[in-house]
Formats: sequence, C-alpha cells, structure tokens
Amino acid sequence: MSVTLRLAWRNLWRHGRRTWLTVGAMVFCNSLLVFLISSQLGSYAMMIDGTLGFLTGHLQVQEQRYNEESKMRYTVPDGIAVAKALRDSTGNPAIAARGSAFALASSEDRSFGIQILGVQPQFESAVSTLPGLIDQGRYLQSSDAAEIVIGTVLARNLKIGVGDEITFLGSGRDDSFAAGIATVVGIINSGITDVDRAIAEIPLNYFQSIFAMEDDVHSIVVKVDDLDKVAPLKKQIQSQLGDSSLTVLDWNQLQPGLGQAIQADMFSSFLTYAVLIVLVAFSVLNTQLMSVLERTREFGVMTALGVRPGQLGRLVLLETAIMSSLGLLLGCVAGGLLTAYLAHTGISLDAMKEALERYNIEGRLYPQLSIISLFGGPLIVFVGGMLAAIYPALRLHTLQPVAAMRAV
Amino acid sequence: MTAIRCSQLNKTFTQGDQIICGLDDVSIDIEEGSFVCLSGPSGSGKTTLLNAMGGLDKPDSGEIQVGDKRVDLLGKSDLADMRLHSIGFVFQAYNLIPVLTARENIEFVMQIQGVPTAQRRDKAIAMLEEVGLADHEDRLPSQLSGGQQQRVAVARAIVSGPTLVLADEPTANLDSTSATQLIELFVSLNRERGITFVIATHDTRVMAYCPRLIRMEDGKIISDEERTGKSGELQPQPS
Repeated sequence: MSVTLRLAWRNLWRHGRRTWLTVGAMVFCNSLLVFLISSQLGSYAMMIDGTLGFLTGHLQVQEQRYNEESKMRYTVPDGIAVAKALRDSTGNPAIAARGSAFALASSEDRSFGIQILGVQPQFESAVSTLPGLIDQGRYLQSSDAAEIVIGTVLARNLKIGVGDEITFLGSGRDDSFAAGIATVVGIINSGITDVDRAIAEIPLNYFQSIFAMEDDVHSIVVKVDDLDKVAPLKKQIQSQLGDSSLTVLDWNQLQPGLGQAIQADMFSSFLTYAVLIVLVAFSVLNTQLMSVLERTREFGVMTALGVRPGQLGRLVLLETAIMSSLGLLLGCVAGGLLTAYLAHTGISLDAMKEALERYNIEGRLYPQLSIISLFGGPLIVFVGGMLAAIYPALRLHTLQPVAAMRAV
Repeated sequence: MTAIRCSQLNKTFTQGDQIICGLDDVSIDIEEGSFVCLSGPSGSGKTTLLNAMGGLDKPDSGEIQVGDKRVDLLGKSDLADMRLHSIGFVFQAYNLIPVLTARENIEFVMQIQGVPTAQRRDKAIAMLEEVGLADHEDRLPSQLSGGQQQRVAVARAIVSGPTLVLADEPTANLDSTSATQLIELFVSLNRERGITFVIATHDTRVMAYCPRLIRMEDGKIISDEERTGKSGELQPQPS
C-alpha cells in the first residue's frame, strides 16, 4: 500500500467519531436508496404485470392502423395460424389470437353496450389473468361453442346468471349485421368495475363466424415472463412477420398511460432522492472542510517540503473516496440484505389497496433487487460526496506555506 | 561557488495599522558547502530571510538566487519542485506527519519525488540508520522524544539529496544533549556530503559550531563574522 493511501486512511481516523458519523449518514442514505429504488422497481413491475397481464399482454401483433383506429376491418389475416407459427418459432407458449367488437348485449329485460372479445380458450389463460377470475360457473372451453363469460356488474345489470342466454347485436367486419345468441357459462369478478361491466368473452371461432371475420383476428397477444425479453422478442417477431401491413406494438405503445404514470412517479421520487443525496453531500463537505482547516499547519509543512497543492487536493479527494467507498459498501450490504429479506417476505399493501387496484396490484409488494437498484443510488451518493470534496480540495490551491505553518 | 545570493532584499508585513519591516535591504552570499548561522533576537528577520531563501515567501523587492535559479522569479510549481529536490527544511516544531511512522515520514517525501516503491523503504531505513534511529522506524512521532523527532525531520530533509538545508530554530525545543547530538549531525552531514547549512537560531550552542555567523536585527544584517576552520573543527564555546 502506498504511503499516500496509508496517510489518507489514517487521516480519516484522527477523528473517528466524526468519520463514522459521516459514513453512517452515507450508509443510512445508501440503504434507504437501495430499499426505495428496489421497492419502486418492484412496484413498477407489479403495475406493468398487473395491468398488462390483465388483458393487454407485453406485445401485440396488429394491423398497422388498428391501434389508432380500432376498426373491424383492420385485421391480421389468418390470425390463428400466425399465432401458432409464432408460438412454434419463439418457443413462447403465451401467445394467443383475439378478435374484438362492440355490440349491444341484451337479456329479456335490459340492453347494454359492451366490448366482446373473441378468444382462444386454450391459450387465453396464458396471456390474461381474466380466465382465472371466474366467480361463478366456468371459463370457455370449446373454441366454437356459442358460449359467453361476462362480468359480475353486467350480469347484475342484465339480471342474468350462469345458464341464461344473451343476445348480442353489432356490425361485422364487412359492415354487415352481426347477431348471435350465447349461453352464459361463467361470471368473472375482476374487482374492476369497468371491466366487470363492459367486457365479455366468447370463443374466437364463434366470434369469427358472428362478425364475418373469416380467418382474421384483430390482434395476437404475446406475454413474456421478463420485461427484458420484450425488446428482443419484438424484433424477432417483427422480422418473422415480414408483412408490411402488420406491426408489433410493445406495452408502452399499447398502454402509454402506464409508462407516463411510471415516469411521473419516477420524477417525483428522484426529487426526493436528490434532496437526500444533497444532504449527505453537505455532510461530506462539512467533514472534509473541517478536516482541511484543522490540518492547515500540516498542509503548510507539506507544501514547504515540496508537495504541490494539486497533490494535497488529491489526498483530500482520496480520503473522501475511501470514506464514500465505506459508505457505499456498507450501505449496499445493509440495504441489500434488508431488501433481499423483504423481497422474500413481501410488504403488505393493505393500507393502499384502493389506490393500487387501478394497476391491478393487490396483496403484497415485492421489492425487486437488481444491479441498478443495488448500486445505482449509492453510486450517485459516492459521486455527490466526491463533488462535495472538490471545494475543500480547491482551497488548498490558495494555501500560503508560511501563513499556513503559523496556523494553530 | 555561490550556493545562495541575496541582493537588496526588502520585505514588510502589515499587522493591524502597523507596518513591520521583515527584511531591510539585505544582501548576502553563501558559498556552497558552508555552514552558516543566522542569529538575532525574535523579530530580527532571520526566519523571514530563511523563508525567502527557500521560496516559501516572496520578498517585496530584491533578488534571490539559489544555485542557478532565481527563486524570486519562479512560479508556484517550480518553487515546489525546487523545494522537493534541492532544499531540505528542518523546523523548530519538527513538523512530522503525526499519523505516519518515522520511516513513512521519510518515504512520503520520496513518494512525492516519484522514487520507485522498492527503493523507498530501503533508502528510508538507511537514512534512519544514518541519523541513529535504526530501531525506531515503526514508531509514530508521538512515540519519539523531541530529539528523535528532530533527527527524523533531518532524515526527511536530506533524503532527497538536497544541496541546501534550511533549519529554523532546530534546537529550540531540545534539551542540551539532544541539541548537541543534532548539531553534530548537521556538522557531519555538512562535512561528509558537502550540504550547505543555513541555520536560523538564537541558541549559542549552535552558534558555537558555526564558522560563519551572521547577526540580524530589525531586518538588517548588523554583522557577518567569519571564523577560520571548518564546521567540525571549531571548538564549541561556552554559552
């Protein structure tokens, strides 16, 4: 170890209590940042999974104009075959074709406007959580039976239950009159009123026949188990399709509100983090300024021996780097252990239940520990500490050896 | 050959409303390898002259030449280089770095000089042997006596192989035995290595060893006394 490094290390412990206080502030700040950023990433992942897993999926293949104008005629030709081909080529079983139409749903007593989704029952549960939310009856089974599942609110509004029939009227892809009668086989309780009131699902083949879709669908929904896979999979599917009339949209394009909500939350969080980091930086500035002032005489002697002000400044920065590294290391260990524990047990979200239902998050929040959440915040604290030490280091450039050596 | 040439040096200080004269038209030549004492009462200007010679302080006017360099014209960086390689300083208060051991204090200067790591340790130990502190290399300054600390400071001052050592009241805090040992160390370094010594002191024990004694008062040189013989050949005179 070089003498300068030894000198820097021992200088730190001349006032051990002061150094520990500063390191302690860094450890606290770093631990907090690791936990908060991990929790934030965990909540985003839950928001994304909750929202996208509900219906949207992470990717969708659509006709280019469909996302902007959801017209019946903007279809994916031979969609069921395309979905199968994608499942085979990507090795991802969570790919399903869907049709979508608006219709007037009527029971004997009442009528309501709803959105009818034509789904592949055998694949839908892999891309959507809706099939798992059946409250009464069962989910769709046959791919071409005249069956329908509806939400609890729609069932209540139409005053029907499992086994009753619904008549629906709408327009087909070719603007023809579309009408069908389906038997209610299941009632979904998603907990989200809008969904339970306005969405119904029928088998895709039945949907195609009612709405004159032939073999076409409106979207092919793809779900992945890791957000990092979205971009490469999108690229792969896009190149495989080779059809310029089709496009692959990722979740951010399909649900721009979700991305914007995350960005807004990130911005406000980062302001809080910035305040925290500035406070720690001031703590470092205070410590190092005191340390430099106390050693004025010693620095004067070193200057007399031929040490340049820049070398003295580097010594102060080295001391700060050692102190900040201790804060970084201990903060990452403490924050990492705490977060890893909570990532295992989860954090109860009962107090925020209503607010989080909008993103289909319920139960517990599981912080997501990653390289970014573990080191991102602490590294910024490290940089903040180093920046704070620049001023004390620069002060040494104005040191006059004779005056400094007279300092008490 | 002249080691130091000072011509018409003037320096004033302001203390409150008062202007104090530090150096008043001081001119002096010091030959290479000489052993010179600057003496005089406190405030006579000896430390100011020493600081000016070492480039620690700039005179208001006048010229200072150390070796072939005009010290009064050098910038901060060149002055630092000169002090690092050509001048050794010994201070009254020893001024060792308190958190470094005796050996590390010496190594520190060599590290700044860029001496390779492998050579630093050996050279520092050799220097400590030369000043009679071979067994004290791992002791912190607080674990050494005043005389021992001052000898470490001497080792630190000469490790870079300077041609000139400037010592400011080096014996002021030492008992008589330590002071004698220190001044004899100076004498031996002067004789064996040919290092020029300029010592600011009002300690008569030190003056007794000096072939050349320059007396100062109120910033002026009032006498410049040369005695025959080399530094080591003079008999210490009773104080």
